[in-house]
Amino acid sequence: MIQQLSLLFPMLPMWLVQAIWCGVVAVLLLTFFSLFAGPVSWLERRIAGRIMSRIGPNRVGPQGIIQWLADGVKNFLKEDLIPRDADKILFRFAPYPVFLGVTLTLVTLPFSSLLIGADLNVGLLYIVGAWGLVVIGLIAAGWSSNNKWTLLGGMRSAAQMISYEIPLVLSLLVVVLMSGSLSLQTIISSQGASPVEWFIFSNPFAFIAFVIFMISAVAEGNRTPFDLPEAESELVAGYNTEYSGMRFLFFFFAEWGNLYVIGALAASLFLGGWQIPAGWRNFASAQGPILPHVFEVLMFQLKTWIWVLLIIQLRWTLPRLRVDQLMKVSWKYLTPFAFVSIVGTGLWMVVFPEGWLFMKYLLLFSMLAVIGYFVWRAIWQLRFTKSKADFKLIV
Amino acid sequence: MLNDFALVLIFAVLGILFIFGSLLAGSFLRPKNPNPVKSEIYECGEPSKGSGWINFNMRFYLIALIFVIFDVEAALMFPVAAVFKKWLLSGNGILALAEIGLFVLILAAGLLYVWVKKDLDWAKKVVSD
Repeated sequence: MIQQLSLLFPMLPMWLVQAIWCGVVAVLLLTFFSLFAGPVSWLERRIAGRIMSRIGPNRVGPQGIIQWLADGVKNFLKEDLIPRDADKILFRFAPYPVFLGVTLTLVTLPFSSLLIGADLNVGLLYIVGAWGLVVIGLIAAGWSSNNKWTLLGGMRSAAQMISYEIPLVLSLLVVVLMSGSLSLQTIISSQGASPVEWFIFSNPFAFIAFVIFMISAVAEGNRTPFDLPEAESELVAGYNTEYSGMRFLFFFFAEWGNLYVIGALAASLFLGGWQIPAGWRNFASAQGPILPHVFEVLMFQLKTWIWVLLIIQLRWTLPRLRVDQLMKVSWKYLTPFAFVSIVGTGLWMVVFPEGWLFMKYLLLFSMLAVIGYFVWRAIWQLRFTKSKADFKLIV
Repeated sequence: MLNDFALVLIFAVLGILFIFGSLLAGSFLRPKNPNPVKSEIYECGEPSKGSGWINFNMRFYLIALIFVIFDVEAALMFPVAAVFKKWLLSGNGILALAEIGLFVLILAAGLLYVWVKKDLDWAKKVVSD
């Protein structure tokens, strides 16, 4: 790509073309991030409204769809308060690592076989490392505010995030074992388009690793049921109590951006990423060079959005964990099971080098049964609620 | 490859500029009239007593210590896991599995030690002398 570009602009030196290209890609990714985080904040509030039998934002634009823009403008024009007793430098510094920690992971997310910021050969390690930056920001925010609530929130978030990083990293190791690479594109290409070729169904231990990954990723993103750092009903607002205006907004940018990162990681590491069936690929290739990539992007978005919506629903369904339970789940359940799944996957690969098709189908159908039960239960719940007296669905 | 890392660097710089720029642009537009009450610390409306910068509960540091050990060991396992498949294809699968098993065993022994020492329990019993 860069070679072609430098042919287009022969008067510019090579490094400048490269730098401009990198800059364009970075700006595109940042724009995508903002355009994701904003509307998802509206979507989440609408879904929350539905789940709690209230309306949610529906005034700004049709169905309130540009509420996020109004919120953005409001926060942009709001006075930026810094408490008198706060550590002012640290207070100003805190939003940077939080925001960067989440956005930096976007660089390696593969949207299609071509559409990727940079396919780093240490992609997974890089993602874990970049994600770790968030902790620094949260602790800095909690400590610098000189407020007891924020200190508690910051400390809790640090303890939570570092505890859940262990099972997260260990469950990623299972993927590395199966693919033999840390680069996200290689991980995706070593899976296939059909569900039985995905890593999640390749053996029972990988399935366990997927469950561990999802739980600890949700905990890393500070979402309910693991939202102790900002427990509204206990700590006012946790680590961001003293923040207002744009600085406050950046913390929430990161929180909603995290949703996408979690969904995209789950999709690309365990669920085959952008892989599309060969039949579709042949059909699309016959139409032109662009259509296969459109299909790939759509496939990736579909898989990602399923997890984004599921995590949003989880937040408004489950109660918050207690702090001692939180530590117990991470250290006494997830970590030992992650050890088991690493050794188990290795053993499985030695015993069944070609994989065991029966087990793959068994896992696939048990997953389908769980999804089927979920859908049936959701429909039943909707019917039950409708039959109860004076409840009306408010649009 | 270096080009890819250049993208990461440029992305980080642009991310910092994005935050800094929007804060700077906002500072020309937003009001700024602080007063003593506004710049107080918010602790549910009560005047706050003492500083928030206090010695904090030891448990958090214990967890951090355990984390450091486990994270370093997990990071060391990434290269081993990355070549596992290559070894498997070249017929050394059992040896590679034994190595990974040994590594996990050491990690698990560490976890067991911390567990038995009750450093993983959040609610601690205070034993009086």
